[in-house]
Amino acid sequence: MNPVFFILAVVTLAGALGAVALRNMVHCALCLAVTFIGIAALFLHQGAQFAGLVQVLVYVGAVAVLIVFAILLTRSGDARKGVAVFSRSWKTGLLTAAATLATLVAAIVNSPGLLREAPRAPELSVRQIGLDLMSQWLLPLEILGLLLTATMIGAVILAMPEKPSGEPAPGPEKGARP
Amino acid sequence: MRTVIEMVWIVPVLPLLAAGVSALLPRQRRRTAAALAIGAMAAGFLLSCVAFAATLQPAAPGAPFRLVRNFEWLQFGSASLALGWVLDPLSAGMLVMVTLVGALIFIYSLGYMAHDPNFTRFFCFLAFFASAMLGLVIANSLLLLFICWELVGLASYLLIGFWFHKPSAAAAARKAFIVTRIGDLGLLLGMVWLYRETGSLLFYDQGQGCLEQAALSKLVVSTTLGGLALSSAIGLLLFCGAAGKSGQLPLHVWLPDAMEGPTPVSALIHAATMVAAGVFLVARVYPLMQAVPSGAAQVSTALQVVTWIGACTAIFAALIAVAQNDIKRILAYSTVSQLGYMMMGLGVGGVAVGMFHLMTHAFFKALLFLGAGSVIHGCHEQQDIRHMGGLRRLMPVTFAAYAVGMMALAGVPLLFSGFWSKDAILHAAHLWPLSKGPFVLGAAGALLTAFYMTRQMCLVFFGPNRAAHASAAGGHVSAQPHESPAVMTVPLLILAVFAVGLGFLGSPAWPWFQGWLEGSTTHFQAGHLSEALPTMLLSALIVAAGMAAGWWLYGRAPRQSPREADALQRLQPGLYSILAGRFFVDEFYAATVVRLNAGAALLSDFLDRWVWGGLVRLTAWLTGQFSEIARMADEFLVNGGFDLGCGRLRRGGRFFSGLQDGQIQHYLSVIGLALAALVLWLVWGGAL
Amino acid sequence: MTPLPYWLILSSILFAIGLAGCLVRRNAIMVLIGIELMLNAANLNFIAFWRYGSGAEAAHGIMFVLFAIAIAAAETAVGLALVIALYRLRRTVQVDEADALKADDKPR
Repeated sequence: MNPVFFILAVVTLAGALGAVALRNMVHCALCLAVTFIGIAALFLHQGAQFAGLVQVLVYVGAVAVLIVFAILLTRSGDARKGVAVFSRSWKTGLLTAAATLATLVAAIVNSPGLLREAPRAPELSVRQIGLDLMSQWLLPLEILGLLLTATMIGAVILAMPEKPSGEPAPGPEKGARP
Repeated sequence: MRTVIEMVWIVPVLPLLAAGVSALLPRQRRRTAAALAIGAMAAGFLLSCVAFAATLQPAAPGAPFRLVRNFEWLQFGSASLALGWVLDPLSAGMLVMVTLVGALIFIYSLGYMAHDPNFTRFFCFLAFFASAMLGLVIANSLLLLFICWELVGLASYLLIGFWFHKPSAAAAARKAFIVTRIGDLGLLLGMVWLYRETGSLLFYDQGQGCLEQAALSKLVVSTTLGGLALSSAIGLLLFCGAAGKSGQLPLHVWLPDAMEGPTPVSALIHAATMVAAGVFLVARVYPLMQAVPSGAAQVSTALQVVTWIGACTAIFAALIAVAQNDIKRILAYSTVSQLGYMMMGLGVGGVAVGMFHLMTHAFFKALLFLGAGSVIHGCHEQQDIRHMGGLRRLMPVTFAAYAVGMMALAGVPLLFSGFWSKDAILHAAHLWPLSKGPFVLGAAGALLTAFYMTRQMCLVFFGPNRAAHASAAGGHVSAQPHESPAVMTVPLLILAVFAVGLGFLGSPAWPWFQGWLEGSTTHFQAGHLSEALPTMLLSALIVAAGMAAGWWLYGRAPRQSPREADALQRLQPGLYSILAGRFFVDEFYAATVVRLNAGAALLSDFLDRWVWGGLVRLTAWLTGQFSEIARMADEFLVNGGFDLGCGRLRRGGRFFSGLQDGQIQHYLSVIGLALAALVLWLVWGGAL
Repeated sequence: MTPLPYWLILSSILFAIGLAGCLVRRNAIMVLIGIELMLNAANLNFIAFWRYGSGAEAAHGIMFVLFAIAIAAAETAVGLALVIALYRLRRTVQVDEADALKADDKPR
């Protein structure tokens, strides 16, 4: 067992636990960022430098920031006393998660074929990845582009303030405006 | 000629359009509303003059000019109702009179109503009235006439109650509407009966109309109750409507009260035009009224009734007018009296005599009313002649115009139109074969007319001004009476010219008006004058006597203060109190008709509440009991099984909907557990 | 070199933590965070199998990770937009209160 792996795993799991268990959601978002960085480091440790960098760029740079914005916009950050953070069915949830974990671990432990030596580390340049994307993976790439465009439009439409003259407004900040 | 008759309908439609447009105008558009109404009347006057000119040529010697235009209005099965309009001297003369007087009064109203906040509405109503009145005049169908008849009644109601915030005005409007409605019931019955007998309500329809020979000869020969000829019976029913509208004797009570309306309205509707509609109706259906079986030379029953009622009304209202103190009320009773003269003239002398007085009266009575309005306006809404006096110097133009109107009404000889038209009536009454009674009544009425008009003149325009007393009593200082603006005095002067000049169209020497109505040509013949000379002399004497008596009582020693007793009251206190109380007709009605009505209402209320109400309540109770039994059966027999099934369905539904509770985390849990189960099954279930 | 089962167990724990976060937190943003954790666990698996697999030269694992990251980013954007729309509509982002599709239903 590699000490680097061990440290990274502990950091990652601790971040993940904090991300789901802390009361203050801004802290949760920060813990999530720690988890993302930990996972990016694990990618680098595995030799997947490009994937690690993308992980940092996309998750830490975009997704974590997005989540922080969402927390601030919905005023979820100011955790008030007395407001339940955990749902009423949290026991069922934990049980489900534990059952899933047990199943997965049991499956892993009971698979002897997994215990094999790693091949030598592959030399995979960014240039090679780019060429592959433009040739072998061209169709998925295009579909992904389409998906991202649709996502952008959809997200804008969803988050756009509705027109005041629309259907009867349930939101108070909208209904008050003429 | 054909184009003229095709265009006649435009005359009533123009004011209708003006009324419709000004009804939609905002209140501030005062000038627009007034300009629309006056413009419509002026245009109507020009068109009427064209139509009038067309009727100057008789169609044939002895037959008056007449053009009709009929059209189908409603078709039920094989029967149909036709409406139409007619252009003959009768309608043309009325058209010119109504549009001219109407236009002048509209212009006068500009000044009189200048400060009223509802100026726009006033002109809207006025135009609406004018439209209905013009439609009434040209109607060639009794039905169309009746429709317009009711519309002028509505306009009259609206305008009497124009200041509806005054309770007295609202009550007067209601009274006018209800009292005339009593007469209109007779008119409606007569109309229905006429339709049943002749199958047509058109007056003239190429020999098929109800006023033409074929229908009349049929109506005359058949008799109804008491040997009354059918034509006379129908004529009398129609006369009921005319009596209601024209304020004839039993139904005159509404007209003096109608003076609550604005003075231009009194002048236009309750002096010149609408109240004359009754006279016009009788003149229009005159062939029906006068029809007698061929060979019999006597006067028809209908005309006898018309004559007697007219004569009685003339003297009766003139008597009341002697003891009134409200300047407009005196004129109102005078109008009732003059309408009685017109009816009497129709009865004894024919269409020409009655219509001639209608025409002259329209001008001089409109003149008098507008003059009275000018006086009221100048005296700051003071209507009591005891509080006036001495206005001759303060309001010279109004005085001059009013004096002309007064002398025309009183019948001052030779120069004034009222003399000629009244004299024609008296002359005809003198020649009436049946009785001298109407003549005596008419002559006495003429005496009284001269008397009360002189009294009014003396009290209003001569003597000292007594307004100071009123203001001292009222506790406020009122300004000096002042002359009215030109917009009000100029129409007065124009009307004064007509009040003088119109008489020469119908003098015995040159009876142009009569000839025009009857379709014969007339020439100036001084010889005819001598035939009528005795009557003329007599009536001149009567007028002189009346005016002298009035001057003797009121002019010689003018009253000094409003509180002083009336001169006549000092002479004849008992008579004066009866006259001032207007013969207590209103009180009589209140004691009899109104109380009877109230009693009947109480009785109906009792019947409704206890007898019919009891039945209804019993029925309701029985129904309630039956439905209770039905409810029990439903609830325990029918619903039991149904409820059981429903309950089971609902329990099942609740169970399944409990799974779909909308909580995504529950869904996710199930997914997670299912994933775990699937993996377990795949790994150890032997699938791999 | 760390054996493959360690990586897989790490990824499994991460997945379980994400799943638990999804299931126990009331806030919709926390649910999204849980989903992100689960996706990262999956990515970790891809990388691990790519590294220990036979066809390392083909870079398929990397490609899968790249596509998964891109799609996850898209999913996050849409999810957060939904959360904000929900907040605007209901003044709340608690998922257990948002259990009806119609806006005028009162939250329980």
